[in-house]
Amino acid sequence: MKVIPMTWAKAVSSCSLDNLPKTADAVVIGGGVIGTSIAYHLAKKGFGRIALLERSYLASGSTGRCGAGVRQQWGTRLNCLLSIDSVRAFERMDDELNYSRSIEFKQGGYLLLAYTRREADQFKKNVLLQQELGIPVSLLTPLEAREIVPILSTDGVLLATFCPTDGHANPFHVTYAYASAGKRLGVDLHTFTEAHEILTESGKITGVKTNKGTISTNTVINAAGPYSGVVAQMVGLDIPFYPERHQILVTEPVDPVLGPMVMSFSRRFYCQQTPHGSFIMGMGDPKEKPGFSISGTWEFLVEMATEITKVLPPVGNLSVVRQWAGLYDMTPDAHPILGPTPCEGFYLACGFSGHGFMLAPVTGKLISEIVCDEEPSIDIHGLDLGRFERGELVIEPSVV
Amino acid sequence: MTDKKLSKEKKTDKSEITLICRCEDVTLEEIRDLIAEGYTTAEEIKRITRCGMGPCQGRTCRELLLAEVARALGEKVDKVAPTRYRQPTKPIRLGGIIEGDTNDLG
Repeated sequence: MKVIPMTWAKAVSSCSLDNLPKTADAVVIGGGVIGTSIAYHLAKKGFGRIALLERSYLASGSTGRCGAGVRQQWGTRLNCLLSIDSVRAFERMDDELNYSRSIEFKQGGYLLLAYTRREADQFKKNVLLQQELGIPVSLLTPLEAREIVPILSTDGVLLATFCPTDGHANPFHVTYAYASAGKRLGVDLHTFTEAHEILTESGKITGVKTNKGTISTNTVINAAGPYSGVVAQMVGLDIPFYPERHQILVTEPVDPVLGPMVMSFSRRFYCQQTPHGSFIMGMGDPKEKPGFSISGTWEFLVEMATEITKVLPPVGNLSVVRQWAGLYDMTPDAHPILGPTPCEGFYLACGFSGHGFMLAPVTGKLISEIVCDEEPSIDIHGLDLGRFERGELVIEPSVV
Repeated sequence: MTDKKLSKEKKTDKSEITLICRCEDVTLEEIRDLIAEGYTTAEEIKRITRCGMGPCQGRTCRELLLAEVARALGEKVDKVAPTRYRQPTKPIRLGGIIEGDTNDLG
């Protein structure tokens, strides 16, 4: 029988089951990329004792299931500004977070394909906006697009846009990078710890009851992804919000042949090749009903295979090794809900509608500023919860 | 070379060549290092190292990884949560999926 080294015993005790603090200055609910980013940024500001609750392991929900893309090519000024800030953060993340591995940020660009006249017109408008904000994007003919992606079929492509500083990163590593940097700054990470009840007194937060005990706190940040609606209801708050399944698959790894993420809004697909060599691709399904199911279907496999072999024909020779699904946390305008709520001390960082991973760095920064009662460094008051009642939706024309 | 030094080198050599995941070249040493860092679920170790993410989807390494985690936690292996099984059971060519869908026999 082999003796267990001391370091192992130490590791195990660091995640033991009964070390939930009695009090915390802030409790973050959700151990995905949004929650860990918020916890890190709050700790960096010296907010005090921060406890992060995750009901399973870190990145076990939507983060670990996502398509991992990071783009700046948006159709609204606000989304462009948020994503420019996030891309800068991804570029320096390994150093800033002093991560012992790599977040595998690959800036191979995003190639967006327009297949309809309407889409082409929208892209022309988007490019003007993006260029005005300093995003290095250009409008390309189908042949120019094929110079960037030689395996691209230009059938039906009217035009394309390309931004070389877009890309993708590894969602697991980004989450673990934030978590470990946060931990070094004193964040208490509690995995397999589920928030069951949020305690309030005359409209103010007083604590969180979990399966491991109760924490007293005046500040709770809801970063529970597709379960944010469930968490919001713990304080009696109904947010206009629903979970929606999206499916995805991964192939065997091959030599690098695809630089950018290739994406179409009208045909609802995206496809990238990871630094590891595997291709990851996904598709939205307009018939998908709201719900918490995350099982994969055969129909997706057929639709995805059909679509991708039309757009990137040689990919048809690759084998799928695995398919899975995850949940988008959808809002009526496909924009996140960020900021305070009528319940004092209860903040929302949810409703990312499929773009949470890429917005995680800037979200952590902005939410930490808001919680610390500072003026957010990007004006996001339009992303508050009140916009739905006011009827001031932020409509983004360019989403999958 | 003293006996002590020799045995230490032997041990290092051995751990360097003990492959747990043959698809993704993950060694026993890497897995033990991660457990020491505090990653004590098979799912997390899989996500960091890619152990079990290759073409065979963990047919060999899933059990080995679970055994290592169980040993570190002092648990029986059947008490440790295994990584998830997902379709397809075997790798299938994307092109083949479409051919299969459109060329049904009969």
